[in-house]
Amino acid sequence: MNQYIDDTAPADLVAADRVAGRLYTDPDIFEREMAAIFETTWVWVAHESELATPGSFKSTYVGRQPVIVTRDRKNNLHTMLNRCRHRGASVCEKPQGRANGFTCPYHAWSYGLDGTLRGIPYPDGYEGVVEKRDLSLRKLRTESYGGMVFATFAEDVEPLADFLGDAKLWIDRFMKQGGGYPIKVLGKHQFRFKGNWKIQLENTTDGYHFPIVHRSWMASVDAETADMMSFMTDPDAITHDLGNGHSVMQMVPEHADLDVDDGSEPLQGRFDDLAAELSKSFSDTEVRRLLRAMHGTGFNLNLFPNVAMSSAFFRVLRPVAVDETVIEHIAIGPDGPSELDPLNRERLRIHEHFQGPFGFGTPDDAEGWDRVQRGARAEPAMPILVNRGSAREKTSAEGWPTSHVTDETGMRAAYNQWKRMMRDD
Amino acid sequence: MTEATTAPAVAEPVSTTDARVARAIDLVWREAELLDRADYVGWNELFTGDGFYVVPIDPDTDDFENTLNMVYDDARMRELRVGRMTEGYAIAAVDAARTVRTVSRFVPESVSDTEVVLRSAQVLIAYKRRRHDIWAADLTHRVRLAADGPAGDRIALKIVRLVDSEDAVPAAGFLL
Repeated sequence: MNQYIDDTAPADLVAADRVAGRLYTDPDIFEREMAAIFETTWVWVAHESELATPGSFKSTYVGRQPVIVTRDRKNNLHTMLNRCRHRGASVCEKPQGRANGFTCPYHAWSYGLDGTLRGIPYPDGYEGVVEKRDLSLRKLRTESYGGMVFATFAEDVEPLADFLGDAKLWIDRFMKQGGGYPIKVLGKHQFRFKGNWKIQLENTTDGYHFPIVHRSWMASVDAETADMMSFMTDPDAITHDLGNGHSVMQMVPEHADLDVDDGSEPLQGRFDDLAAELSKSFSDTEVRRLLRAMHGTGFNLNLFPNVAMSSAFFRVLRPVAVDETVIEHIAIGPDGPSELDPLNRERLRIHEHFQGPFGFGTPDDAEGWDRVQRGARAEPAMPILVNRGSAREKTSAEGWPTSHVTDETGMRAAYNQWKRMMRDD
Repeated sequence: MTEATTAPAVAEPVSTTDARVARAIDLVWREAELLDRADYVGWNELFTGDGFYVVPIDPDTDDFENTLNMVYDDARMRELRVGRMTEGYAIAAVDAARTVRTVSRFVPESVSDTEVVLRSAQVLIAYKRRRHDIWAADLTHRVRLAADGPAGDRIALKIVRLVDSEDAVPAAGFLL
């Protein structure tokens, strides 16, 4: 048998603790994933702060399909295919901005912020041919939770809140890093790597790689930050399988809920100058709350299939081809008065230090992922192991399968969901 | 301080053969070669102590401090970056692409006896594992001219504006 041609049903390539290497390399599996996962379930498209005011929009993708996310005059959010209903041209090529609507550049069909077809030039040729109300931009269901906006092609899929399930608690906790203020997007890094999207999906719940791949970053930060990320042998650092493919990896469990603070933890010395600056405008309690959250929350929340809320940023993956993926690292900070600007400047510097195509962390991650894609071409039937810690996995009081933060519980959660969604029946 | 002349305003443009401009161009070319040779220690020595090395994302901003950049390095961050690129722990740097860059299309923006601001174009080809990537960028260098000759000329600011800075680029194991 030629193992590069394999008729095994994709769902049968995933076992409880291992998956076939061809899951990264088989173009046919990739095509099926686009339909069975990215065009079926809830896919993250935006944070509400990116669409702060009526008339704001953002261009992005659901799977490989280009979409526009908008906020209309009535404050409703919409996600629509970026494709004119006439001859298929894209109606928007700006990454974000403000608009009254979208006009196709080809024959000037114009659409409102909610996708309604407003105008057709020289309409006499369409009399008795089309009804404008039938030709709105194709809309996707759009729902949000905790400021996170998701869209889906599937009209009959469960409500977003049900899909997120127990992950909602962790979204609530993640947003506490605003220190009493809402969260806003401060900017984003984008990079591409020559590898399958699931390699990235795994990585955000991979505590095991951290001190090895990120030794260079660890060597470049202050001792307190390095110590904070030294979770390899901390028994309290654990990962939960939250169901529906979602998982949470707690690297710094004492920062899991930032509202819990007994006052005993010293603030990092690197923020002394910032603390002095903030103290001119904020109370000691507020300053402490803000500065304890400078590195974000103490966990990575991995939401199947395309977004992670990772410490102090959002990590978004976009599949491009079986062996190509685009990643966004979105910096966030508290959305409040201008007296917070020094704090958000420092958050930008922390983000730049690790993230992005020239960060001290991201390029090393990307090199590791490139190597997985290259290596996985050998013997595609050979398993990729996601079994670390499976013998010490227990069920938490909340009912979540739980193991150490370096274990592969989160990957098993994601592949279990993948298997469910990729079943033919 | 000598009066600065500015180009390309209505004033007479300064020629690239102007001795002060030629010194700045020489420095930019030396810098380019050090980066292609991955001599990051030698490269960092070309900067002034208060110098900045910036790779912005937003093509329109000069307010780098208040925006997210790909690189926004003062002396401390440059030192750390050079450490990362040379110490042997960073797998992206250990297995970095080989680069060849051409810097040309020099236009002096302002020229005095102590400082030259120079705009240029950089076309860089990065080769790694049977793949060539193109990195095209507009550069701006603010070069401080030393009183005692070209050996002391230093870079006070380098801005690399990638044509695709707002798009996804590969994660890099080298410097622009």
